[in-house]
Amino acid sequence: MSEARQFNAIGRRVIRPDGVDKVTGRAAFGADYTLPGTIYGKVLRSPHAHARIVSIDTKKASRMPGVLAIVTGADFPKVGSEEITGGEGAGDYKDLATNVMARDRVLYHGHAVAAVAATSVAEADAALAAIKVRYEKLRPVMDIDTAMADDAVVIDEQLFTSGLPEKPSKPSNVATVMELKRGDVEAGFAAADIVLEGTYRTPTVHQGYIEPHACLATINQGGQATVWASTQGHFDVRSGAAKVLGMKVSDIKVIPTEIGGGFGGKTTIYVEPVAILLSRRSGRPVKMTMTREEVFRASGPASATKCVIKIGAKNDGTLTAMSAWLAYEAGAFKGSSMAPGAMCVFAPYKVDNFLIRGFDVLVNKPKVAAYRAPGAPQSMYACESLLDELAGKLGMDPIDLRLKNAVEEGCQAAYGPKFNAIGFRECLEAAKRHPNYSVPLGPDEGRGVAAGFWFNAGMQSSAEIHINEDGTVTVIEGNPDIGGSRASMAMMAAEELGVPYERVRVQIADTESAGYTNTTGGSRVTFATGMAVIQAARDIIGQCKQRAASTWGIDGDMVDWADGKAIPKPGVNADVKPLTLANIASNAARTGGPLLGRASLNARGAGPGFSVNFADVRVDRETGKLDVLRFTAIQDVGKAIHPSYVEGQLQGGAAQGIGWALNEEYVYNKDGVMENAGFLDYRIPVASDLPMIDTQMIEVPNPSHPYGVRGVGETPIVAPLAAIANASCAATGVRIRDLPLSPPRVLAALEHAAS
Amino acid sequence: MESFAYAAPATLDEALDILKSHRRRKVRTQLLAGGTDMLVQMRTSDREPRVIVDIKKLKETNRLNVGGKDTYVGAALAGVLLTADKQLVARHPGLVEAVDLIGSSQIQGRASLGGNLCNASPAGDTIPAIIANGGVCVIASANGTREIAAEKFVVGVGRNALKPGEILLGIRFPKPAKRTSDAYLRFIPRSEMDIAVAGAGVSITLDKSGKCTAARVAIGAVAPTALLVPAAAKALVGTRLEPAALQAAGAAASDASKPITDKRGTVEYRRSIVAVLVRRAAKIAAERAGALK
Amino acid sequence: MAKVHVSTSVNGQHTEFLCEPNESLLDVLRENLQLTGTKEGCATGDCGACSVTIDGTLVCSCLVLGVEIAGKEVGTIEGIAKGDVLHPIQQKFLEHAALQCGVCTPGLIVATKSLLDSNPKPTEEEIRYYLAGNLCRCTGYDKIVRAVQDAAQTMRGKRA
Repeated sequence: MSEARQFNAIGRRVIRPDGVDKVTGRAAFGADYTLPGTIYGKVLRSPHAHARIVSIDTKKASRMPGVLAIVTGADFPKVGSEEITGGEGAGDYKDLATNVMARDRVLYHGHAVAAVAATSVAEADAALAAIKVRYEKLRPVMDIDTAMADDAVVIDEQLFTSGLPEKPSKPSNVATVMELKRGDVEAGFAAADIVLEGTYRTPTVHQGYIEPHACLATINQGGQATVWASTQGHFDVRSGAAKVLGMKVSDIKVIPTEIGGGFGGKTTIYVEPVAILLSRRSGRPVKMTMTREEVFRASGPASATKCVIKIGAKNDGTLTAMSAWLAYEAGAFKGSSMAPGAMCVFAPYKVDNFLIRGFDVLVNKPKVAAYRAPGAPQSMYACESLLDELAGKLGMDPIDLRLKNAVEEGCQAAYGPKFNAIGFRECLEAAKRHPNYSVPLGPDEGRGVAAGFWFNAGMQSSAEIHINEDGTVTVIEGNPDIGGSRASMAMMAAEELGVPYERVRVQIADTESAGYTNTTGGSRVTFATGMAVIQAARDIIGQCKQRAASTWGIDGDMVDWADGKAIPKPGVNADVKPLTLANIASNAARTGGPLLGRASLNARGAGPGFSVNFADVRVDRETGKLDVLRFTAIQDVGKAIHPSYVEGQLQGGAAQGIGWALNEEYVYNKDGVMENAGFLDYRIPVASDLPMIDTQMIEVPNPSHPYGVRGVGETPIVAPLAAIANASCAATGVRIRDLPLSPPRVLAALEHAAS
Repeated sequence: MESFAYAAPATLDEALDILKSHRRRKVRTQLLAGGTDMLVQMRTSDREPRVIVDIKKLKETNRLNVGGKDTYVGAALAGVLLTADKQLVARHPGLVEAVDLIGSSQIQGRASLGGNLCNASPAGDTIPAIIANGGVCVIASANGTREIAAEKFVVGVGRNALKPGEILLGIRFPKPAKRTSDAYLRFIPRSEMDIAVAGAGVSITLDKSGKCTAARVAIGAVAPTALLVPAAAKALVGTRLEPAALQAAGAAASDASKPITDKRGTVEYRRSIVAVLVRRAAKIAAERAGALK
Repeated sequence: MAKVHVSTSVNGQHTEFLCEPNESLLDVLRENLQLTGTKEGCATGDCGACSVTIDGTLVCSCLVLGVEIAGKEVGTIEGIAKGDVLHPIQQKFLEHAALQCGVCTPGLIVATKSLLDSNPKPTEEEIRYYLAGNLCRCTGYDKIVRAVQDAAQTMRGKRA
């Protein structure tokens, strides 16, 4: 984008098109669909974290009242190893299939073992209780240190560490190692005036979307399935279900319902293929919904991690070397977010010498799924915490330390490419100027600063635009609207076509009605699908110019499009009235037929997102409780299409990050059973836990997008962890390196420091 | 019995009859007040069928009487009705605080004092407050009514002193003496919506000079049942709640506690914060009773 | 024992249904009466997505038995707007972008109405504590609190 541009539709705070349905209860989410004859599917789940399945006896259950179908792993086809592409998390279809329904082993507490479909949920539950499964218990592997020990129980005997120069001789719980490096890290540390090192741990956490996974599936006699699913990516549900069930992609149609939150957790499949299979066996539509407990135990949380960071710097704050040792729990199957975590960890900083080593580690927990900037919050929590310590040791303001080393346009990112226009410095400078940054602090209060980064994704998107006979506009695209994207699509279409926003409607279409589109994830929708919508609109404009030209009897290239009208180019000697979209649409039959614009693309050039957050907290020294007094989130958002929903992303990400920092964690007992599988004891922030989240949007346009859009959804969760931890350290005087900063942990640290 | 049944008797006699007749037929019954614990248990830990006997229509469980000598709080009254009663708030502010801390606004639309007692969770918020206020449980059976001190009502984790056929009608509180007030504090990791990691209910009586003449200290979530801690009260009586006295009361509470380590806290942490809560609650109660700041 | 016949009123409409004695009001609303605006987020009273009122009192419908509402007046999200005219709370939630995914929104709107009916001028702290039982994972609550404040002001203006 070269020159500053005046916009008409975008940048306004309009009412979202799906809003009325969502405030009146009419919007239909995953569990809200029912067909005539619908029956209910429920899943029997493993009571053990690690065991061999000796036998499954479903005879008694199959004779229970109301039971119409029972399936176990034996009813699913064998699926070969094949990498999953297009989704947000790493993985393999063989593992996906085994995660959907266990075969010979259960690999975590809650792993699906069998499923029943019955005429009521109560009957299905009763039948599950009547299924007899014999297990031979195995020792569970519940953390990184245990999993990586030389004498560790190996979870998968077929798993040999990849990423090493040669194939190892023994299987291991380490699925993958990766290394990123530049320069000479040892020389860099030797050249430093100060070298700091710290080991940081983060617990297993959950995305915590309020709507549990839900779907309704029906399959006809011809073998064609229709699935209504609450998902971030219905095309991924289709491809995943097809692989797991050995079906043709064309035999599965997935209709996305409204989705009650996902944050990455609804980018894969759990109950959907099971529902299809139960429908096939019973001949009835099958509805499956997870309970909240099942969501915690059996969907995909985010990796627990252990990160060791080392930083060398000159006395003036110049970084000379950085190293990171990053281990991420993958859960029961390979494919954690270690790689993006490793790529992000030093991304905001210029450093000539670095070494990053990452490890993807199997444990007997549910297979992790993406969670908002997957991988980045954990590694960057560690790095941003240690930078805070460095600033303290050097006596520098933490923002100044970051300004001293901040990447800017033209710098080569630690993960490879050269940065285009980015707004990290602008965010740091804005933070320094922000009035909240100079609010005086009281006793037991502290302020903490941290930076955040996320690449943002492009990937494949499709869009169609139909110009209706009255000149109104229908946009058809394939990304479930998880936070207002219908509004931004409509605004971009309106902007491009020059029509009022209110004349544009956006339809999120099913897998047979929208062109292939990658998942709603990677902060890609407004960028990539938005670009498809813009291109489809330009397709329409091109056609409209032709239609006007033929109406006027002049050449197509003699027509301009301005303010939603076709006009003759200056100097064209034609005495004609401008033609609006409505004029052209109403006359379409006479000029070549309906106006249909299309675009499909694989978007490149997603602009990376940088943020700077700072938090003020107060500690209760007698209980160890931390209260967040103020929170300020500053982020380069490229161009905010709908500012309110962009602010909402910053605020929501901050709240999730604050929860991660303060209280959220999976609490496991010694048998590998999660003890807090509910919203009572998995403590996500409630309204009274938080202050207002102050936001400041910095707009450094992304040159790869017609309007300068860069993704905004994921970056906001990255910085809060360290911002809160650094504030906690400032308030308490004690550095705690393990999250969460729960009251018992803080009090213990205070007492330890006092003794 | 293979399936659930529901009864909502309109009178106490009818309710007692239902309990008796089902007992004779060996059919399980369970009393329902607000149901905020019971429905969760029915869905998770205790799915066995039973006859649910809803006691919300009885006048005895719905009566609230604050004006007289004693305060009487019907066992089934929802929390919102108690927190909205200005007389009750003035007379037993700590008790109402405890009610107000149970769950969300939604939970307070249903949850009752009687239910909180009968559920007998070690962490039940109102239980230490009821004990600190000298609450007495009024229990009806076919043989008439009996009364038992609140601290004797809960006998173990999830177990109460009700015998088969009995119904907790309400809780009676002696009218607080002059210059008496109470406070309840609990500790939770969030600001709302959690189960107490520890709790403390304290009632303080002062003389005109501001000296403490009587006290009751009860603690929650640090033992299988809420505990009345006479040693903590003793540490306060005769003092002006100076820091040393508060410290001693807190230490006594800590000594009396028998906590466990679970997902909500450790033994050490609970021991440590129960002392803090006793100190803070005693101070608030004394201020309310008229102590000079 | 067989299902129980229950006669009640939902959003001012006389309503009858059959339900199991242990069936929750939430399931009755969603499954028996097809009022799916009331959402299930946890079924344990911890998230507030299933908020409704019974005789004007805010409750979690997952913690009420369907049989208990005989003779009572139940208010759900479907009864907040009057025909196609949105309630000011609904309007302000839209204007302030106080929803992202929207699944907690029905519960929040029902709870907010209950708050403002009893406390027309709540402080920020009162709003946050009253709504603490309504989990929202998308917004960080900021815009929700602002929408409630603005709705309160609008409603006070209408009353005056």
